[in-house]
Amino acid sequence: MTDLADLASDVRIDLRLIADLIAPGSRVLDVGCGDGALLELLERTRGVDARGIEISQEGVNAAVARGLSVIQGDADSDLVQYPDQSFDYVVLSHTIQATRNARRVLDEMLRIGRRVVVSLPNFGHLDVRFRLMFLGRMPVSKRLPYSWYDTPNIHFCTIRDFVELAREVGAHVEQAIVLDGAGKRLPFSLPWIVWNVLGAQAVFLLSRDGR
Amino acid sequence: MLDATLTETDAQASLRRSEADNPSSLVMRFGTDAPLTLDAGPAIAPWQIAYQTYGELNADRSNAILICHALTGDQHVASTNPVTGKPGWWTLMVGPGRPIDTDRFFVICSNVLGGCLGTTGPASTNPDTGQPYGLDLPVVTIADMVRAQAMLVTALGIDQLFAVVGGSMGGMQALQWAASYPERVFSAVAIATSYRHSSQNIAFHEVGRQAVMADPDWCGGRYLEAGRNPKKGLAVARMAAHITYMSDRSLHQKFGRNLQDREAVAFGFDADFQIESYLRHQGMSFVDRFDANSYLYVTRATDYFDLAADHGGVLANVFRGTKTRFCLLSFTSDWLYPTAESRAVVHALNAAGAPVSFVEIDSDRGHDSFLLDIPEQFRIVRGFLTGAARARGIAGPAEEDNR
Repeated sequence: MTDLADLASDVRIDLRLIADLIAPGSRVLDVGCGDGALLELLERTRGVDARGIEISQEGVNAAVARGLSVIQGDADSDLVQYPDQSFDYVVLSHTIQATRNARRVLDEMLRIGRRVVVSLPNFGHLDVRFRLMFLGRMPVSKRLPYSWYDTPNIHFCTIRDFVELAREVGAHVEQAIVLDGAGKRLPFSLPWIVWNVLGAQAVFLLSRDGR
Repeated sequence: MLDATLTETDAQASLRRSEADNPSSLVMRFGTDAPLTLDAGPAIAPWQIAYQTYGELNADRSNAILICHALTGDQHVASTNPVTGKPGWWTLMVGPGRPIDTDRFFVICSNVLGGCLGTTGPASTNPDTGQPYGLDLPVVTIADMVRAQAMLVTALGIDQLFAVVGGSMGGMQALQWAASYPERVFSAVAIATSYRHSSQNIAFHEVGRQAVMADPDWCGGRYLEAGRNPKKGLAVARMAAHITYMSDRSLHQKFGRNLQDREAVAFGFDADFQIESYLRHQGMSFVDRFDANSYLYVTRATDYFDLAADHGGVLANVFRGTKTRFCLLSFTSDWLYPTAESRAVVHALNAAGAPVSFVEIDSDRGHDSFLLDIPEQFRIVRGFLTGAARARGIAGPAEEDNR
């Protein structure tokens, strides 16, 4: 799902940002963990009890070969197996756009984890808008390297779309971090509408309301 | 025909007989003061368990790995089999520099209870009669096999195994170890296996057992005293079972409809097709090395296997609170123990909160894939043991080499 090699250097920032949100020694489930880069980072630097799910065999092989507890599975169908509140954090990094039922996946994550971390590419970014408006083509870039007909990314959304989804499933946005196309953090003070245009990707820390 | 080539030398037969009581491997003998209790009810004593070891046990006895063999395997996982003269059955996995690295780990592999290569089984001498047990040996279970292994491990002075590893019936034992002795298993690797035998699994085994028992040379199980051997029945049992170890695709790729040493079909019942010739060969070479009654016992043990049954039918309860780290592997074309069975174990482990790694490996070679040169399998086991060794604070396997 998450093709870290293609997403190159700016996703490393995204992973570091996620790592910064996670308390040391906690239990973490990374859904769509790819080759386990984030889990390894968390295990080594923050001493977390790290678990992962990944759909691709290559990804799981690489992650297990790193010594991580990762199973081959599908975010859309396999989250139901986990008990309520069995993790401190459930992470979905650059994977939500590849799920069939993003709302249900987010719902399940909020059930399994006390907190949920979601990072996503922003389809409302200036560059995407530019390509659609002036070139009339679906955007293909370093960050979104697939053509429309062979992409695993079937449910793109914008930052504002995601914030709306979070509200619908009753999640509270505890923190939001938005990065521009160069991987630089956009200032907190900017309104959502600006983030939605200038943000290339975003990281959200969510929890259920009232917890 | 089958019988034309079913000639066993007296030397082979007597070698097999002597291995049953006095194996050429190591053997641990337990007297009447250390009976082995069985699920079927009675305890047996004296009894014995034959085993091999590889590598060195470290000072704090924390680097021991137990390998559990499959249905008709033996303790010679990485050493020459004394009956067949063939190399160990898992030398791709176990040895110096291999994923189960004998330069780093102390590896134990024992013959299963009910087997015929030195652990107490139906071919062993019944101390009460001085004759082979035959069917007088109580039926054994996977849990009994594991209980016997646990007594061996204790006798070797090892408290906790760093890993229990096995494929097929060996994987069942690995899961049973984790269920019976969670505190004694730091990590468990279960490959191409299941948590219970399906109706289809039992059906195939029943065909095999009926073939053995239908052979007049079986003599109601007392063929050893009669100086006979139900080779035809056992060969047919092996032929039927062997089909289940391969995939339709691998059979087709290997043999297709190719004819054996002939230009056209012979309009008879000789082995016209290569697949027939191959199966006959598999059946015939099996009877030279395996005891027919043992085959009844080990197939029965797997049929009775149902890990969830003792825990209210809920698999997750089997592993509740476990600290063992698990690694499960399945193969896409394995229809004997299909991926769904492994996945059920993985889901149960997730529900129990246990650390688990799981991969379904792409292979078109069927159930037997676990014994074959599938590099992905070795990479994953090496990686898993590396991570587990790090967590246990011992040396892991050597980095992957290209030997």
